[in-house]
Amino acid sequence: MSETLNLKLRIWRQPGPDAPGAFTEYDAPGIPTDASFLEMLDMVNERLIDKNEVPIEFPHDCREGICGTCGVMVNGQAHGHEKNTAVCQLHMRKFNDGDMIEIEPWRAAAFPVIRDLVVDRSALDRVIEAGGYIGVSTGNAPDANEILIPQEVAETSMDAAACIGCGACVAACPNSAGQLFTAAKLWHLNSLPQGQAERFRRTEAMVETMEEFFGSCTNHGECTEACPKGISQDFIAYMNRDYIKSKVYNRKLAGQKN
Amino acid sequence: MATPTTSRPAGPQKIKTRGRELPFPLNLYQTAVGKKWVMAVTGIVLIGFVLGHMFGNLKLYIGPVQENGVWHYDLDVYAEFLRELLVPLFPRTWFLWLIRFGLIGAFVLHIHAGYSLTALNNKANRAYTSKRDWQAANFASRSTRYTGTIVLAYLIFHLADLTWGLLSSNWVRGEVQANVVDSLGRPIVAATYMIATIALSIHLFHGTRSLFQTLGLANPRFSKVPQTLAFGIAAIVLVGNLSFPLAVLTGVVDADDPRVVPVSENAAES
Repeated sequence: MSETLNLKLRIWRQPGPDAPGAFTEYDAPGIPTDASFLEMLDMVNERLIDKNEVPIEFPHDCREGICGTCGVMVNGQAHGHEKNTAVCQLHMRKFNDGDMIEIEPWRAAAFPVIRDLVVDRSALDRVIEAGGYIGVSTGNAPDANEILIPQEVAETSMDAAACIGCGACVAACPNSAGQLFTAAKLWHLNSLPQGQAERFRRTEAMVETMEEFFGSCTNHGECTEACPKGISQDFIAYMNRDYIKSKVYNRKLAGQKN
Repeated sequence: MATPTTSRPAGPQKIKTRGRELPFPLNLYQTAVGKKWVMAVTGIVLIGFVLGHMFGNLKLYIGPVQENGVWHYDLDVYAEFLRELLVPLFPRTWFLWLIRFGLIGAFVLHIHAGYSLTALNNKANRAYTSKRDWQAANFASRSTRYTGTIVLAYLIFHLADLTWGLLSSNWVRGEVQANVVDSLGRPIVAATYMIATIALSIHLFHGTRSLFQTLGLANPRFSKVPQTLAFGIAAIVLVGNLSFPLAVLTGVVDADDPRVVPVSENAAES
């Protein structure tokens, strides 16, 4: 038998992209401590529906911390106060009875609010479209260990590839910079042999597309703290280094362009 | 049950449109990452200047020295040495002016890059209505723009006070020690100096740590180096520069040694 919490919620309600939004207060009594944060919102919504009120829209999908769909500001922290945890994996046992919880959507010029807590994160897709893929023919699936990749390289690439694209780094950044996301997506491919052919074209294209939508890094480190996968800021440094390299390298190739 | 949203989302708006690309390397300055590189490189130049300037000023503590039987303040000798740098390869003060133009260029680029990146960030940013709970951002990183503005305002005051001599009737070109003692002997100037020094140290603490990241020098094996170096530089600048007004106010450093012949009576010009 789990304990229950009586909570007060302040939730951002906004009926549409152009409509004005405001905080609305809700009482959430009898929330079991075993519930996840999103299940808590489900319970609040059930009660709203019972009262014939409009439920709160919030982004969610897999609810096991791997899809990157969920994400809201909880008490001024992206994904809440629990480190390396998406808000779907944040459990109500991390809160105390009587707590006031403020829930706000991600805020950035690149993330316009669609409704309530749901924002449009397609600016992240624009960055991926610019080069976050392998475009050269890699042939059939190779035999195991045909392409030798040192363990450390594979681990570094995997650390970067852990990014689920939730946008918490942008939301947590005082400048709404998309650097941690872009750097993670870049280094995931740039550190592997398969990524080398397009390395510098990818770096230049992704960084410059990122800059069309997002702010610029001032090295606070809020992004890494907010990241549900704990992706290191070091990847931003690697991206900065590769960007300058790419400008020099791509210039050498300028005469080859058709 | 569900009510439709009042309008369709327009999608994310671009905060910046790519214009015509300038030739390399000017195109680097067209991008935010490139501007950050310029900030970091000019920052290194300016950190070097701040450290060198402070180290030179320590000669304030040496006091009078004898040179060819004539007594001078060592700080005045050092100032003359700077004007005579690389003489006779360059005429007198030419190399000093070369350094000055380099520093002015670094300042202008550093400030312009900072200003335009701030403008970009303000465009990209949307404020939260609820209170933010900062995890990693510290006072130094959050206040860089403001500490930088304080340092710039102080820099103009400092040049007017001690380089151009606009603020004191006692100012004499070339009598550096006397000018410094006269200037910092006034509590209001000393207080301004101390406030600017504190702002500068805070600015350098974030700047030094930050430039490793911007230049791509971060490495998990040396993850403590930037922080340690930033603390060290900020502490050296803070302690060194705070000591000067305190030394003048407490009388540890003065400029009334009877043996020293004032430069003005020596008919020296700049």
